[in-house]
Amino acid sequence: MPTRHSEIERVFRAEHARAVAVLVRTFGDIDIAEESVQDAFATAVRRWPADGLPPSPSGWIITTARNRAIDRLRRESTRADRHAQAALLHADGRSGTAAQEGPVDDDRLRLIFTCCHPALAPAARVALTLRLVGGLSTAEIAQAFLVPEPTMAQRISRAKGKIRDARIPYRVPADADLPDRLGAVLAVVYLIFNEGHTASSGEQPTRDDLGAEAIRLGRLLAELMPDEPEVMGLLALMLLVESRRPARITADSELVLLAEQDRTRWDRALIAEGQAIVRRCLRRNQPGVYQIQAAINAVHSDADTAADTDWKQIWQLYDQLAAIAASPVVALNRAVAVAEVEGDEAGLALVDELDLDRYHLFHAVRADLLRRLGRDAEAAGAYDRAIARTRNPVEQAFLENRRQQIDDSGSRDA
Amino acid sequence: MKQYLLSIYQPDGDPPPPEVLDPIMRDVDAVKDEMKAAGVWVFSGGLHPASTATVVRADGDDVLTTDGPYVESKEHVGGFTVIEVADLDAALEWGGKLTRALSLLPVEVRPFVDASEG
Repeated sequence: MPTRHSEIERVFRAEHARAVAVLVRTFGDIDIAEESVQDAFATAVRRWPADGLPPSPSGWIITTARNRAIDRLRRESTRADRHAQAALLHADGRSGTAAQEGPVDDDRLRLIFTCCHPALAPAARVALTLRLVGGLSTAEIAQAFLVPEPTMAQRISRAKGKIRDARIPYRVPADADLPDRLGAVLAVVYLIFNEGHTASSGEQPTRDDLGAEAIRLGRLLAELMPDEPEVMGLLALMLLVESRRPARITADSELVLLAEQDRTRWDRALIAEGQAIVRRCLRRNQPGVYQIQAAINAVHSDADTAADTDWKQIWQLYDQLAAIAASPVVALNRAVAVAEVEGDEAGLALVDELDLDRYHLFHAVRADLLRRLGRDAEAAGAYDRAIARTRNPVEQAFLENRRQQIDDSGSRDA
Repeated sequence: MKQYLLSIYQPDGDPPPPEVLDPIMRDVDAVKDEMKAAGVWVFSGGLHPASTATVVRADGDDVLTTDGPYVESKEHVGGFTVIEVADLDAALEWGGKLTRALSLLPVEVRPFVDASEG
């Protein structure tokens, strides 16, 4: 039976990280690994449609890529290219492991930790992870982050150069360093997710492909490190936030707040999966910031209507979050929960204590509380400040709409 | 193995008084001893303030001499250590020990070009 292109695409998505990771270990060089894996997939695109899928597509890709790399390096090393010679030597030294793939999963973990090394700039960590682990092209990454392709290409190539020249190691960190280093990995994945969830600028309100990519990375981490509670917490958090995506933006690209969403449009399968992970995290009882945020989202997912929301529980969870990771943004979210339980005055009093003038949601929350308290003039001013502080056009449109409603009701009252 | 340059950046101006400086220097010496004991120390040195530096630059057949330092800045390299370790993680580990000993001063970790890199 002929193999469809979509089937090759599926294999590419599933096996790219594994193949690159194995090749980096074999040759000690990221560029050689990437190029030979690309060669192997190009060969697959030519052959598989006629020959059919090989019994082990992953093994076929890795073997083909390794042979391509050795051919290329032999050609180049005859031209006294020291770099190529070094890579061949590296590969020879590892020929004992060449027959079997060794601990393949560890290779993917090594690759992830290398891409997210703290010696690389955060933007470079994100780009490298999407490129090497996610298999996205430089053009796709550039488009997702709204930078020109040459800029993104330079960012990636500079990061690869630093890994090689500064000798950033290709390994999973020692236990003592793992919490910090894992934190950096999770931060990269969550940043990708958030960029997909609320694009910080540009025409598109969300970039679903980035959200989906972040969840794919989250699932990979969960598969590789199932005993790390925060890994599971991050996956649950992303699944639960993602479950609301169909209700969050209307067909006309308008933002719908949680309280006003059509909850029948929430993705029940994602909610069930996210909640099951949250329950397992609770039983394990090693809370962390991602797990607590996942639990907060699980409480929202439990409520059939906004009015059914268990705000007391959300308040408690924000107390827990503030205890391990206090920040003004956590305090702002906690104030929203307090307002729901104790009333808008109590919430506003807490909000007014915060030093968050540059954060648009601080002004949006204040505006909403002021509006509910009937202090329309102050609410309108707060909406103006919120509008001035976001570049996301959908958020701007939403806030302008809210502000307009105040003006309208004001003119009716007059 | 790979060599790394650990540069200590310090603000220009008068050094801290002895009661502050002496314990710092003791801690820095202790890190140096630790490096030697671990077999990673290659070379190290402290420098006089940047105000003592002179810049020479070829200008045709002449060499121009000017009062330095070359880069105008409020901070300059005040000392450095060369170590030889397996990879950047190990170098950052030693850099971390050095900056902790120096209390507030940052340490820049930079790889040497290997002979094999050509």
